[in-house]
Amino acid sequence: MIDPSIFLISLFNGLLYASVLFLLSSGLNLIYGVMRIINIAHGNIFAFGAYACVWLLIFYGIGTLPAPAWYILPPLLGGVVAAAIAMVIEPTLLRPVYKRPEEFQLIMTFGVLLVLVDLMLMLFGPLPLAAREPYFAMGVVDFGGINYPVYNFLIISLGIAVAVFLWFLIYRTRFGIMLRATSLDQTMAQAMGVNVRRLMTTTFAIGAFIAGIAGAYLAIKDTATLTLGINTLVLAFIVMVIGGLGSMKGAFVGALIVGYLRVAVTLLYPEAELMLLWLVTAGILLARPQGLFGGR
Amino acid sequence: MKPSEIFRHFGAFPLLAVFLAIAPALMQIGVLTEFHINLLTYGIVFGLAGLAFNILLGYGGLLSFGHAAYFAVGAYTVAMLYRYLKIENLEILLVAAILTSMVVSTFFGLVATRFTRIFFAIISLALTQVVWATTLKMYWITGGSDGIRVPHMALLGIEFQKTMNRPEYLASVFYYYVLGVFVLATLVIWLIIHSPFGRALQATRDNEVRAEFIGIPVRRYRWIAFIISGTFTGLAGALFAVLNGHVTPEISDWIFSGNIVFLTLLGGFRVFDGPLIGAIAFIFIRQYAMGYTIYWELVLGAVLIALVLIFSKGIMGTLYHYLGLTPGMPSLKTPAITIKANIPIQALKERG
Repeated sequence: MIDPSIFLISLFNGLLYASVLFLLSSGLNLIYGVMRIINIAHGNIFAFGAYACVWLLIFYGIGTLPAPAWYILPPLLGGVVAAAIAMVIEPTLLRPVYKRPEEFQLIMTFGVLLVLVDLMLMLFGPLPLAAREPYFAMGVVDFGGINYPVYNFLIISLGIAVAVFLWFLIYRTRFGIMLRATSLDQTMAQAMGVNVRRLMTTTFAIGAFIAGIAGAYLAIKDTATLTLGINTLVLAFIVMVIGGLGSMKGAFVGALIVGYLRVAVTLLYPEAELMLLWLVTAGILLARPQGLFGGR
Repeated sequence: MKPSEIFRHFGAFPLLAVFLAIAPALMQIGVLTEFHINLLTYGIVFGLAGLAFNILLGYGGLLSFGHAAYFAVGAYTVAMLYRYLKIENLEILLVAAILTSMVVSTFFGLVATRFTRIFFAIISLALTQVVWATTLKMYWITGGSDGIRVPHMALLGIEFQKTMNRPEYLASVFYYYVLGVFVLATLVIWLIIHSPFGRALQATRDNEVRAEFIGIPVRRYRWIAFIISGTFTGLAGALFAVLNGHVTPEISDWIFSGNIVFLTLLGGFRVFDGPLIGAIAFIFIRQYAMGYTIYWELVLGAVLIALVLIFSKGIMGTLYHYLGLTPGMPSLKTPAITIKANIPIQALKERG
C-alpha cells in the first residue's frame, strides 16, 4: 500500500509537470492553430525567458526589490523578453516561409533555435544560472512528515490561470473571434477585414510570452540552463501529438497525461521514463492518429 | 559516353570519387594534411547518412528530425559488440549494425510513416529521444554520458590495429575502407532510387492522392523507404564509431538529427549528390567555425536561415541550375495539390 503522503505529493507533482507542459504546448498550439507552423525554437524562447528572469533576480532583484515583487517583475521581464524576440522573428524570418512547404518552415525555426542557443551563451555564459531565494522564501507545507514546497502551487496556479485566460481570449473576445476566423480560413478572414499579418505577429508574441513566463517561474524553482528549452520542448511535442495539433483542450489533457505518466514512472522505474512515455504516445496515436482532440 | 552525359547521369559523383580516391596521395605529396584526410573521412561518413536521409526528404517528401536515432543505433552496436563480445572484425560489426538499425527503423517507421509532413517530423523527433534517453540513462550498459571507447579494428580480416598506430590507420587503410563502403552503399541507394520502387516513391511525394489512386500502396512504400533510409544511416553510424573512436549519447540527440538535415539542405536535397557535397562542406565549415569562434552554432543557424530564405537549392542544386542540368532527379516545384482539394479526399478515406 502506497503511503498517503507520497500519494498526495505525487498528485501535486503531476499537476506541476502538467502545468509547465501546458504552458509550453498551449503556446505552440496557439501558433500552430493560426499559422500552421510548428515552432521548434519555442523551447529556446522558453529558456530565454528563464535566463532573463534569473538574470534580473541575480543582478537587480534580490536585495533591491521588495520580496513580493520577486514573484512578479522578473517573470514579467522573462515574458516580455520572449515576446520581444517573437516580434522580431515572426515578421522577418517566418513570414517569408508561410507559403513554402512545411519542411522549410520547420528547418527555418530550427535555424532560429541554433541562433538562440548561441545568443544565450553569448549573453548569459555557459554556466547554469540560479536564483532560488524566492523559491525558498515561500517555505514548505507539511504533508504527513514530508515537506512540500509552496512555490510549486504557484506554478500550478499559473498553469490554471493561463488556461482560463486563453479560453477567455479565444472564445470571449473580439481578438479571439478574429483568431478563430483566421485559423479556419485565412483568405476569408482577410477579406472580412482582419489584419492577418498583425494578428499573426500578436499570436506569436502571446505564445512566446506565455512560454517566457513559464520558463521564468520554472527557472526560479530550478536553474536556467542552455539545454533547458531543448529538453522540455520534446515533452511539449509529445503533449501536442497526444492532444492533437492545434487543440487547446488537447494541450490541457495531453499535459495532464504526460505529467502524471512522468510521476508514475519516476516513482516506479525512473530509467524508463521516456521509453514508457513514448509507448503510451504510440498507443494513443495508433488508435487515434490525429490525437485525442485533433480535428479531421 | 561523352563527359556531359556522364555528368547528366551521375552528377558530380565521378569527379568527386576521383578526388576522394587520390586524396591520400595528395597528402603524400603535401597538398593535403592528415587533418584534411580526417575531415574528409568524416565528410564521407556524414555524406552517407545524408544520402540515406535524403531518400526520405528528397524522394519521399518526408522530413525526418530523427535520423540521429539510427545513426546512434549503428554506432552503439559497434561499440557495444566490441565492449561485451570483443569482436574486432569490422565486417561482422557492420553487418550487425545494419541489422540492428534495420530492426529499430522497422519499428519506428511503422509508427512514423502513419503520418506525413509536420506530424511525421515531430513524431520522428520524439522517437529519437527514446534512443537518446536509453543511451544516457541505461549507463550501466551504454556507459551513460561518458560513452564507450572504440579502438581501430581489423579490416577484411587483416589486423591493422596491431601493425599501425591510430592516425596512420585512419589516414590510409581506414580511409579507403570507408570510401569503398560509401561507394558500394551509394550505388545501392542510386539503384533503389532509380528502380520502379524509387519512381513510385517520388510519385507519392509529388501527389499522394493520385499515387494512391493509381495503385501505389503509399504507406507501405513510405515504410520501406523509411527502413532503407534508417538502415543506411545506421551503417554510417557504424563507420563513425570507429572513425571517432568514441561514441557518446550526443549522437542520438535530436540536435544531431538537425545536423543531418542541415548538411542535406546545404548540399541541395533536390539532387542526388547534394548530401555528400553538403556533408563535406558542413564538416569543413563546422571545423573552421569552431576554430574561429565559440559561437559556431550561431554560424550554422544563420547559414541555415539563409539557405531557407534565399538559397534553398543548396550548393549542388544551384550549380546544376546554373549549368542548366538536372541530374538524377527532375527539379520540381512545390507539389501542385492544393490543400483545399486534399481535405475532402483525406476525410473520405478516413471514413472508409
